[in-house]
Amino acid sequence: MGQEILIVVEHQGGEIADVTFELLGKGRELASKTGGTLTAVLFGSGMQAAAASLGAADKVVYVDHERLADFNPEACSAALVAVVGAREPWLTLVPNTSMGMDLAAALSARRDLPLVAYAIELALDGGNVIATSQLYGGKIYTESVLETGVVSVLGGSFPDAAGRVEGTPEVETFDAPDDVATGCLRFTGLIEPEGGDVDITQTEVLVAVGRGIQSEDNLAMMEDLAAKLGGAVCSSRPIVDNKWLPKTRQVGKSGLKVKPRIYLTFGISGAPEHIEGMKNAELIIAVNTDETAPIFEHADYGTTEDLFDIVPALTGMLE
Amino acid sequence: MNIVVPIKLVPDLVEELEINDEATDLERDFLTYRINEFDDHAIEEALQLKEAHGGSVAVVALEREETDKVLYTALAKGADKAVKITGLDEDASSHTAAKAMCKVLGDMEYDVVLTGVQAADDRDGQLGVLMASYLSIPHVSVVSDIAIAGDKLTLHKEYSGGVMASFEVTPKVLLGVQAARQTPRYAPVSRVRQIMKEAELDEVEVEAEPGAGSIVRRMYTPEKGEGAEMLDGSTEEIAGKIAALLNEKKG
Repeated sequence: MGQEILIVVEHQGGEIADVTFELLGKGRELASKTGGTLTAVLFGSGMQAAAASLGAADKVVYVDHERLADFNPEACSAALVAVVGAREPWLTLVPNTSMGMDLAAALSARRDLPLVAYAIELALDGGNVIATSQLYGGKIYTESVLETGVVSVLGGSFPDAAGRVEGTPEVETFDAPDDVATGCLRFTGLIEPEGGDVDITQTEVLVAVGRGIQSEDNLAMMEDLAAKLGGAVCSSRPIVDNKWLPKTRQVGKSGLKVKPRIYLTFGISGAPEHIEGMKNAELIIAVNTDETAPIFEHADYGTTEDLFDIVPALTGMLE
Repeated sequence: MNIVVPIKLVPDLVEELEINDEATDLERDFLTYRINEFDDHAIEEALQLKEAHGGSVAVVALEREETDKVLYTALAKGADKAVKITGLDEDASSHTAAKAMCKVLGDMEYDVVLTGVQAADDRDGQLGVLMASYLSIPHVSVVSDIAIAGDKLTLHKEYSGGVMASFEVTPKVLLGVQAARQTPRYAPVSRVRQIMKEAELDEVEVEAEPGAGSIVRRMYTPEKGEGAEMLDGSTEEIAGKIAALLNEKKG
């Protein structure tokens, strides 16, 4: 089969995820350099028509089964393991998303293939792939050398335009292996977020709080500041994981993407997952006592003054 | 249900991370390790399930300088058993760690494995999914809202934008926990000290197996962009500058 690059297509509710096109675009670029082929792998039930938007690939391998209709880690892993076992691709690219996490490491373990995760860049060096991973909360990057294997790629790493090519490539149906049908994990439904809360994607001024606020009790002074600014309080993931704020206030990869006029952060270190959700804010001002915090790389203005000193002083000054 | 919680100790990201002379790994001599925050949530969730439904909780960790303290803390919080795995290097990959953990789980009785969904040093993938695959049990990553209903578990898997999928599963299963139902509990130092006198950690030596299958040719600190203009002065002056910037932008 030679230098085949396999892209795992992610979809939900019949819609193909942006990250798929990012991977297709990058995969196309790599395939053109190696003279190899680009194959998209699609799992679903009655999803064959979706191949029409995967024109960037030379071929679509489609596995159809009712247990693949909605993402099921057990069934999808089984299907991917079978496809990779049969085709032995040179490189398999999986998105480093909630779904992709359940596939990449499973494929690596079950097919005994090397895996590099959290990749933000892919390059060629001789016959090898060089995958750059973003680790330790974005503070450290590593370049890993792979002769062959699996790479899971963070969303937003590559432009998606190059991967958005209309046209239906050749579709090859791959019979679902027996273990797709069996198993004890059952998908029981999708749950949409509850409405009714402030829509932070439509708010012009956001006061964003992170781990540095230390305690739920300290949210009150953040609410006061946000009220004075006519804005709303939002947060990074740990605050929501601690149930101090509802999921509707979470900014970042697993939360919402926001683009306010003003984004004022307190005690947020700026992990890549958070940055992904707020980097397009017009004015970013960051308050964090850790001068090495990555948030200062993305902010327009910053200070290492203690937020517990700054917030009361600032609130007092605003009309 | 009997729950095992494999945990990772990871470098404390608040500390400055130094890179070794070969630029292939962190300079580990001066590192401070702490429990991976998602693993802390996994322990909390395991304890919550045990308190509501019975069963047991065992916590398993690889040996690091701080492992004893972390494991005794888990016992102080309510875990029934704590296992320290020795014999692996500090730079053991996720693959090597997963294989070692699976060997230890082979001698334990369990229904559910709960672990943190990811860790800051997962260059070669997430420990939990690797373990589930070696154990040949199903796995779900990014999990919250675990509940026990008869002999089944129900749970939510988080996607982006606040969307979640719900699943039902009959153990055995491994779940990569995103968040416990409440903030991980705190164990008072006095209680941890007491446990250190009363309880003992189980210690298991494991022979390391091959790792990630890829090598790091270069580790580096990302180039800093232009970055923020740092505001200086007294607290009042800095607050004043921020107020001015806000007022200007608000127009």
